[in-house]
Amino acid sequence: MSIDTAHSDVQQFHPRVRSALENPQIRSNFRSAMDGLMGKRQAAFEDWELETLRDLGAAVRLRALSRLPELLVQLETNCQLQGIRVHWAETGDQACEIIRDICKARDARRVIKGKSMVSEEMELNHFLEAEGIEALESDLGEYIVQLAEETPSHIIMPAIHKNTDEISDLMHEKTGTERSRDVGYLTASARQQLRDKFMQADVGISGVNFAVAETGTLCLVENEGNGRLTTTVPPCHIAVTGIEKVVEHLEDVAPLLALLTRSATGQHITTYFNMISGPRKADEKDGPEEVHLVLVDSGRSSIYQDQELLDTLRCIRCGACMNHCPVYARVGGHAYGTTYPGPIGKILMPHLLGLENTRDLPSASTLCGACGEVCPVRIPIPKLLQRLRKESVDGDRLRPSVVSGHGVKRTLKERASWNGYRWLASDPGRYRLAGWMMTRFRALTPRNVGPWTRYRAAPRPAAKTLHQLMAARRREEQS
Amino acid sequence: MNPGKTASNQSRSAILKRLRQGRGDQPMTVPASDFAVVRDRNWTPAERLDRFEARICSVNGEVHRVAREQWIDTLYALMKAKGLENLLVSEDVEHGRELRRLWPWEAPALLGYEQPIEHWKPAMFNNVAAALTGCLGAIAETGSLMLWPTPQEPRLMSLVPPVHFVLLAADCVYDTFHQAMAEQQWAQQGMPTNALLISGPSKTADIEQTLAYGVHGPRELVVLILE
Repeated sequence: MSIDTAHSDVQQFHPRVRSALENPQIRSNFRSAMDGLMGKRQAAFEDWELETLRDLGAAVRLRALSRLPELLVQLETNCQLQGIRVHWAETGDQACEIIRDICKARDARRVIKGKSMVSEEMELNHFLEAEGIEALESDLGEYIVQLAEETPSHIIMPAIHKNTDEISDLMHEKTGTERSRDVGYLTASARQQLRDKFMQADVGISGVNFAVAETGTLCLVENEGNGRLTTTVPPCHIAVTGIEKVVEHLEDVAPLLALLTRSATGQHITTYFNMISGPRKADEKDGPEEVHLVLVDSGRSSIYQDQELLDTLRCIRCGACMNHCPVYARVGGHAYGTTYPGPIGKILMPHLLGLENTRDLPSASTLCGACGEVCPVRIPIPKLLQRLRKESVDGDRLRPSVVSGHGVKRTLKERASWNGYRWLASDPGRYRLAGWMMTRFRALTPRNVGPWTRYRAAPRPAAKTLHQLMAARRREEQS
Repeated sequence: MNPGKTASNQSRSAILKRLRQGRGDQPMTVPASDFAVVRDRNWTPAERLDRFEARICSVNGEVHRVAREQWIDTLYALMKAKGLENLLVSEDVEHGRELRRLWPWEAPALLGYEQPIEHWKPAMFNNVAAALTGCLGAIAETGSLMLWPTPQEPRLMSLVPPVHFVLLAADCVYDTFHQAMAEQQWAQQGMPTNALLISGPSKTADIEQTLAYGVHGPRELVVLILE
């Protein structure tokens, strides 16, 4: 299977979509996975007043965002009081540099990583490798993706685009395990390969699911235990997170956790919910002696300026919108060419990269609304997609917007057609004349009208206009 | 002040400034947070225990309800049945002292977490067959155990050995996570270095959605409920 997965290559959306659609393996891997996940989510919420819970989830996230600057300062103060060192980065590169400096100060050469989407966003692994620091992923899915030198195709299940045979071949080639269809054997082999790495690692790097301002607590949600090993065994732990992940109170975590695991994979809870509030104390016998928290902005504070787009920042990264997206289920995560694929990616990535770099994303949607219906924190994704579509063809390129690339998809042809239509439709005489002409000359309709006719027949005007049909019906009724 | 720290401080000011500007003079309207949906269950003690057991067993946890004076015999029988050679157990907690006092058998051997992990990392990773810890209670709704690791029972005890035994008092089961943290006043008393919810043995479904247990953490989680 060859599929281009480079992050920077967002422009090649359509060629990648075509190659994904033509790949039966990818299509069947995604189809079966997404069907399973939708069913599991539904079963997990059976006993719940789901709409009430979603209201609470949305309220908790909105309250946190409404006080974001204050809560970040409170989080920082409480973390520092408990011995966690807090760093701020405006860009992904700056965050990478901060992490490099912490590693260099400790003379660290080997880094073990827990799953972190923001580190994918920063392309931290490449950065560290270029600095001579080995960064090894320890989440099984991320480990597989790293062995394959690819990027995650789903934010929760990074290796979902591969089936067992492909993973077996990959592990055989890269690590020398026997080829096997036994998932238990493959998992046990990966466990063995990573155990020594955990013991030897100088630094552990993790993401953060929720950061609690009130108590200065970093919460991590996981099933494997690699997140706990990453944050407990190495002498230094660096947690890296987007600034939007903060919540106000510890109790706010309860509804978000209930929503996150059920929405993501249909689990009532994950195996581990890990709450970290400081480095090892003098009398404790394990845990890292240093804990760092790196707060990454990377475009988020700009989104925050816009009262409507700011809803994107509510996201708790459950992936339910992708699991339910008819487009994602067919083209898969790599087709998008962005760190965050699927519906959430289609509204988040234009903010982070600008519409000029993501021109095809807001329109890669049927606007069916499924993403908005399942979002646990009620992000109005379809509404935001429409807003971004509008901005990408907006006539006034100078209109201020927090999203760059305003009007990038505006074309003369499209403008001319709409202006022509406006001229015809705003006068009854002209409108009737146009209708008459179209019914008369309908045989002359072109057979090839751009992308529309690639998979469909060309539209052909009817023999009679609606006005004519209605008039005929009235005559029939009267007679 | 080192250059890295200065850069971080500059970023801090810039980020906070943008966030404060962003909101301008339009405060966001935020609906009230009503936690009833994650709080009120009103289960009886028997229902709570049943729910806890059903949930944790559904993710491959193992539960045994034992009379308080019999847990050591049960533990011994389980270790024998599982062929476990040794057990890591604290010497400085009540159940650890009781176990050492009443453990007449040569094998399985009882080990202590005597030194900081740096002094015995390879032995911990390679030679410990099982560990026993207490817990702060459990959550019925999700089948979760609450652990606050201590200097006596450190974090890695519930993580590195392949089998983890947990003692749970039958009267320490809460309906929901929200209820547990409210009644135990977690936020008010301040959080420990590390707090955990553990719901079953370590697992993954990263290979084609197929469930496999024991990927990085324990492959077996055994709960002894003391009645």
